[in-house]
Amino acid sequence: MRYLPHTPEDVADMLAQVGVESLDALFATIPKDCCCRLDMKLPRALTEWELDDHMDALASRTAVSPDFKVYMGAGSYDHYVPAAARHVLARSEFVTSYTPYQPEISQGTLQAIYEYQTLASRLMGTEVATASHYDGSTALAEALLMAIRVTRKKRVAVSAAVHPHHRRVVETYFDPTGYEIVELPYLTDGRTDLAPLDSLEDLAAVAVQSPNFFGCIEDLQAAADATHAEEAVFVASFTEPLAFGLLKNPGSLGADIVCGEGQSLGLPRSFGGPGLGMLGSRMKFVRSLPGRLVGRTQDTDGRDGFVLTLATREQHIRREKATSNICTNNSLCALTAAVYMAALGATGFRELAGLNHDKAEYLKNSLAQAGFDAPFSSPTFNEFVIRFPGDFDTLYGRLLENRIVAGLPLAKYYPELSDCTLLCATETAGKSDLDNLVKEVRS
Amino acid sequence: MTDTLGTTGLILNEPLLWEKGCKGRRGYSLPRRDVPVSSLDPDLTGSGPDFPDLSEMDLVRHYTRLSTWNFGVDTGTYPLGSCTMKYNPKTNERQAGLPGFAAAHPLLPPTLAQGALALMHDLQRYLAEITGMDAVSLQPAAGAHGELAGMLLIYAYHRSKGTQRSKIIIPDTAHGTNPASAALCGYHPVPIQSGAQGILTAEAVAAVMDEETAGIMVTNPNTLGLFEQNIRQITDIVHAKGGLVYCDGANMNAVMGIVDLKAIGVDVLHLNLHKTFSTPHGGGGPGSGPVCVHNRLEPFLPVPRVIKEGDTYTLSEEFPQSIGKLDAFHGHFGVMVRAYSYILSLGPDGLKRASQLAVLNANYIKEKLKGTFHLPHDRPCMHECVFSDKNQGSYGVTTLDMAKRLMDYGFHPPTIYFPLVVPGAIMIEPTETECKEDIDRFIDAMQEIAREAAENPQLLHDAPHNSKVRRLDEVAAARKPCLKG
Amino acid sequence: MKEISQLNLPQNVRFTEDHEWARKEDGAIRVGIDDYAQDQLGDVVFVELPQVGDTFAKGDAFGSVESVKAVSELFMPLGGEISAINKNLEESPELVNTNPYEGGWMIDVKPDDPGEFDALMTNDAYLEMLKGL
Repeated sequence: MRYLPHTPEDVADMLAQVGVESLDALFATIPKDCCCRLDMKLPRALTEWELDDHMDALASRTAVSPDFKVYMGAGSYDHYVPAAARHVLARSEFVTSYTPYQPEISQGTLQAIYEYQTLASRLMGTEVATASHYDGSTALAEALLMAIRVTRKKRVAVSAAVHPHHRRVVETYFDPTGYEIVELPYLTDGRTDLAPLDSLEDLAAVAVQSPNFFGCIEDLQAAADATHAEEAVFVASFTEPLAFGLLKNPGSLGADIVCGEGQSLGLPRSFGGPGLGMLGSRMKFVRSLPGRLVGRTQDTDGRDGFVLTLATREQHIRREKATSNICTNNSLCALTAAVYMAALGATGFRELAGLNHDKAEYLKNSLAQAGFDAPFSSPTFNEFVIRFPGDFDTLYGRLLENRIVAGLPLAKYYPELSDCTLLCATETAGKSDLDNLVKEVRS
Repeated sequence: MTDTLGTTGLILNEPLLWEKGCKGRRGYSLPRRDVPVSSLDPDLTGSGPDFPDLSEMDLVRHYTRLSTWNFGVDTGTYPLGSCTMKYNPKTNERQAGLPGFAAAHPLLPPTLAQGALALMHDLQRYLAEITGMDAVSLQPAAGAHGELAGMLLIYAYHRSKGTQRSKIIIPDTAHGTNPASAALCGYHPVPIQSGAQGILTAEAVAAVMDEETAGIMVTNPNTLGLFEQNIRQITDIVHAKGGLVYCDGANMNAVMGIVDLKAIGVDVLHLNLHKTFSTPHGGGGPGSGPVCVHNRLEPFLPVPRVIKEGDTYTLSEEFPQSIGKLDAFHGHFGVMVRAYSYILSLGPDGLKRASQLAVLNANYIKEKLKGTFHLPHDRPCMHECVFSDKNQGSYGVTTLDMAKRLMDYGFHPPTIYFPLVVPGAIMIEPTETECKEDIDRFIDAMQEIAREAAENPQLLHDAPHNSKVRRLDEVAAARKPCLKG
Repeated sequence: MKEISQLNLPQNVRFTEDHEWARKEDGAIRVGIDDYAQDQLGDVVFVELPQVGDTFAKGDAFGSVESVKAVSELFMPLGGEISAINKNLEESPELVNTNPYEGGWMIDVKPDDPGEFDALMTNDAYLEMLKGL
């Protein structure tokens, strides 16, 4: 087997030097009643070529472009990734290295993550950003726990227009803690209703996503003001960071903590993971931040270099009092995002954001002209909700048969929107495809 | 040594991204605009982020140069204890990159995602088979996430019994994520000491186990590289008082095809796909931390769960006692594809042999170095062995000095100063993918460093000498954090 | 690490088992960590202090002191209200290393019970304790 280099001679020589008779004898310290795995019933080993065939066959059983047109976002977005980005990310010095605990031979990763932290801070409008979390949902859970630590209060308010899966993850994290989650409803225009905040007491944090799950752009400044009036921490989350190429970033609108999903920044959707949990905050909260941080410093010769820092927040030092239990993060995904942001540059990022906005607007307007009603009036970014008149399931099913996934049906998440779907159109959706979608929907 | 592996060479400096480029440079091919510009309320519009504008060449040179400052498994021996830095098979990358996997949207109707669901379903089955456990969830995104899942499962179990317990037993050799994960669930860690043999004793556990204790978190083999021989008595003691046993499966690489985790009394364990199952570490992640459970915990597993109905696969949320969701979608599917490929590439015999050879390599290193370095527990080890710097103390040389010097020799240092129970710990885990010649070279380098410690300690205090930067001022970095440019 | 004989253990302070010192200062009790503690800890990078007005009992954790790789909690040698904290430590945590008994002081406490101060170890008793460690 090509990953197991030992020849029989190697094994015999080494066993002799260790002083045991056989490979089995190496396990003599294991009591007999623990050693009982005989056959593991697994498929026999495949050759590289059999594996290729097997995986090609499996992969072909999943609906992807160009065969299928998938107009879904809902936290996972289709964006083009430049070949140059893919190329540098395949460098095995990045891929096969470990966490940079020995900084002298890890300056590649360390500078790259410092750059990621910088670009992420600029994107989110925060004073500091961490080196990554698992995904947007766990980043949100961590952000809320951080706000609870910082304020020492036990109640949070979360908008119902935050991604339903993100809210469920927060519930899972909160379940054993006794902390309370209050839901803020959404208004008829698709944005969060902030009015309930007036009568809530002892709030640690308020979380609003923008663009929200419906694609609607929230009034983050108003949310920040209302939150600060309650002496709580304002957490702004996102699932589509490309939006900030066009929209004002959350930090500039009063967010104390910003968190979200960075998958759009050059990562394949990959059936939902690995993605990229992004998290940033005001500098005054830095010692409460969960996750790794890379800092700049000098070496003994005065040269600039980078190290992991503020490690006393983390589990390997603070153990049960750590700001989080996170150890392995999504470092290579953060690197991917940095490469993508660098490839686009300020100019490209702005242009691409504009194009995304316009693609979805074109689809929305075309559907409106065809008589399909968008229930929410707020401006949106690259996703929006559309109502299908008549029998929703039949129409959706017919489109599927024509190899069109017409968005994400909302019935499962919002029963009051059971005749609606969440449609997404990014720069990857050509005008002719969008025209075809409208045509199919009308007929 | 005249022909050391580590040598000097010309590598290039490279500035920070925003110190390069020029406004208006392009590194990206903007897709053709075929729809009209649509206006947006100017109140909502911002000026976009302040990113540098780089050409494609700027981008490629930048990251190529940065990569040359790194040391990966593909560069050389990386014997980091507890991390299982085994070779990352390249075929795994080909499989994970297949469009049917890489481009799949997680919320596709299950009928359109049969390939992805079949892979997940089979991977669950394989991991259950390898560990001996009954059911698996692939959702946790890393080992620590799996530990949290395990704690939540135990919490849900006790709640379903109408009780709630407040404590959890944690050995002194535990990885820091163990108590951190327990604390996230509101459990108070009750520390117990390992015995003189470096393993837990049944008496120590019995002394603290009571009906207020939810269970115990063990690592087996433990972080000293030793098999917890008393594990069956220990699990019996915990079960007798209604507690559950969590096993940190980070060290699974030592026992595939050899130990049945369910038979030794484990109720829930997590696996690290990025350790035992060869997926790459990526400079710190992403990993994947599936949990494998005993039947009694199956009802509480996270949702949605992949189930098979006849010939088709689907996702089900019909598990009312589930602890809920742990990430937005299904977990790190891209990592699962790589682990799945690895398991199919090795087969059952290959996996068992991998464990045997990992243990052989570690014992070989232990035998060859134990004359030179202090070995706190001179007993057969599993896939890793732990030394200390005690023998070099009289020269004023520490574990840190020796680790830094090892870099000059062309090796990544082992894990240092963990586990905490061994002061100055040096934890060496070669893994099975290192061949005998490379291990001998590593041993020779370590012997040479021990000689240098005696004859020329200043050389070690000033190490590393050959790397791009020398030792860095971590004190200044922590006092005046500069976390972005 | 210093030998016991090299440690600076002034006569005019009392000591605790947690290697902290306490001294009467203008009607309050001033508290910090001693030379043994700062030597063991290494370069101090951050000191977490309570707020003025907070109250604690003897033995309560009132803050923590961090080096790059370790954190140590700080415990009240006596109960009372925090009347002052050393704000210089925010900019210059290294004062704890260079000047643990003067510039590196941490908190002033208005004691609830003066008897608690008198019960603390003298220089001699503390030295004995260290030798036994």
